[in-house]
Amino acid sequence: MNGDEACCEGALAVGCRFFAGYPITPATEIAEAMSRRLPQLGGIYIQMEDEIASMAAILGASWGGVKSMTSTSGPGFSLMMENIGLGICTETPCVVCNVQRAGPSTGLPTAAGQGDMMQARWGSHGHYEIIALSPSSPQEMFDMTIRAFNLSEYYRLPVIILADEVVGHMNERVIIPREDDIEIINRRKPTVSREDYLPYEADADGISPMANCGDGYRIHVTGLTHDERGYPAMNAKAQEQMVTRLVGKIRNNRDKIISTKNFYLDDAEVVVVSYGISARSSMKAVRDARAEGIKAGLIKLETIWPFPEELIRSIAPQAKAMIMAELNGGQMVLEMERCVGGACPVSLVGNYGGAILHPNLILGAISKAARGKT
Amino acid sequence: MPDKRERHILITGFGGQGIVMAGDILGKAATLYDHKHATMTQNYGPEARGGACSSQVIISGEEILFPSVEEPEILVCMSQEAYTKNVKSLRPEGTLIWDTDLVHTRKTDMHYKTFHIPSTRFAEQLGTKMMANIVMLGFLSAVEPLVHSEALKKTIMDSVPGSTKDNNLHAFNKGREYGTSIIKGLVKAEQAKHQE
Repeated sequence: MNGDEACCEGALAVGCRFFAGYPITPATEIAEAMSRRLPQLGGIYIQMEDEIASMAAILGASWGGVKSMTSTSGPGFSLMMENIGLGICTETPCVVCNVQRAGPSTGLPTAAGQGDMMQARWGSHGHYEIIALSPSSPQEMFDMTIRAFNLSEYYRLPVIILADEVVGHMNERVIIPREDDIEIINRRKPTVSREDYLPYEADADGISPMANCGDGYRIHVTGLTHDERGYPAMNAKAQEQMVTRLVGKIRNNRDKIISTKNFYLDDAEVVVVSYGISARSSMKAVRDARAEGIKAGLIKLETIWPFPEELIRSIAPQAKAMIMAELNGGQMVLEMERCVGGACPVSLVGNYGGAILHPNLILGAISKAARGKT
Repeated sequence: MPDKRERHILITGFGGQGIVMAGDILGKAATLYDHKHATMTQNYGPEARGGACSSQVIISGEEILFPSVEEPEILVCMSQEAYTKNVKSLRPEGTLIWDTDLVHTRKTDMHYKTFHIPSTRFAEQLGTKMMANIVMLGFLSAVEPLVHSEALKKTIMDSVPGSTKDNNLHAFNKGREYGTSIIKGLVKAEQAKHQE
């Protein structure tokens, strides 16, 4: 099956039963698959009037107690930004899959890009932390959609899947595990009495148990800065308390959230960092470099946000050079440069989207870096 | 020992001919029934039908990292535009396959291994030109065996609507028989049409 269909199957396997969306290439096949599959499982599929409403609908469904998601690509992702912020502020579990195409604007609808990395991080206004994952294959679309739901349910926020056109439209073998072998995490429920429940009173790890609408608990949900009751609190102290917790629940748990796959790092002199479809080209380049006797290694980012800051910091001093391979003019490379902090030279192998990176381009950069040139 | 060499196939034509479906069936047959690795990626424009489109299939005994087919060893052309655009990418020792009625090749192409079949005409004779892609798959299975023909047949049966299963099987067999006869020298292929 293709990556988009695998995303749908992963969502259904982890218990998603509500999808609202607006079709857009190259994410349409997720919506199509959902429209076919959800009714079979007693779920609900709604095609909304646009992506703003789609995002609003999945937030509402989540508060109704149903795991929900939407899918889109660049132009729709832009429209979702405001309500992604609402989801973050109201701590609403849900999943947004952005199958990236080349932008800006309508750009190249049928060609891959990875230009929305920073938009996923900072696209909604205000200060916040986000979780974003990046799959490299249809199998990872399945696996990471499951993980995205689990993270969103646990940490209570919209989790973003940053796929791309090639991964979404590529057909490959996908192995679907037995039901019992799929880990499913559900949102934490209140353990106190109805009288004592405060919807935004956090446990020690910064996460508040969530009562759904209709569970009988008093809840109040607003995008305004709010106190533990969920009521608007229009002052700097409440803002400080609320945002500290929103940021802290992710930042303080980043070791549990961050996931990378590391290849040949032990003796690597040139370390390539990449994600999504570009990580496959990078893997080919690293293996070709090894065959030529160059000590190359690869860090494949499975989580994009939070960024694996500590790992990059620890690798950089031992490396001759580090290379970021991505389908944009340089986005994650900025984050990498920040973490490397001058400990080794950093370079970018990228394009503005439209075609995936040829392994030889990355191999060329590895060879150059191994010879001490960047 | 499994064949670890990657086989690169490019199937080209225009939107609506089932180009992507043909690639999908080929990859699925390799993966699900022949237990190999396969990737299928697609290229198409913003039009729903009529625009140039292609599907790129890689079949291998090993994990496939880079999924693009840049220099195919087998190129299937179902339209003149697709032929003109892609023939330059075919490897020198490659195999060029086309629809006899839809593509006029150049005489200089004859240094490739060449095969052609009036797949669209045959499909029309069997009821609908929509099955030209399946005729072509049958033909391909005879002239360039990439996967077992039984695997292809099973995959076609899994992939087409119930009421069309029999017709699609006929279409596959028609293409395969034509290809087999040509390989065995039992029939002479129709005269290819060349560009001026």
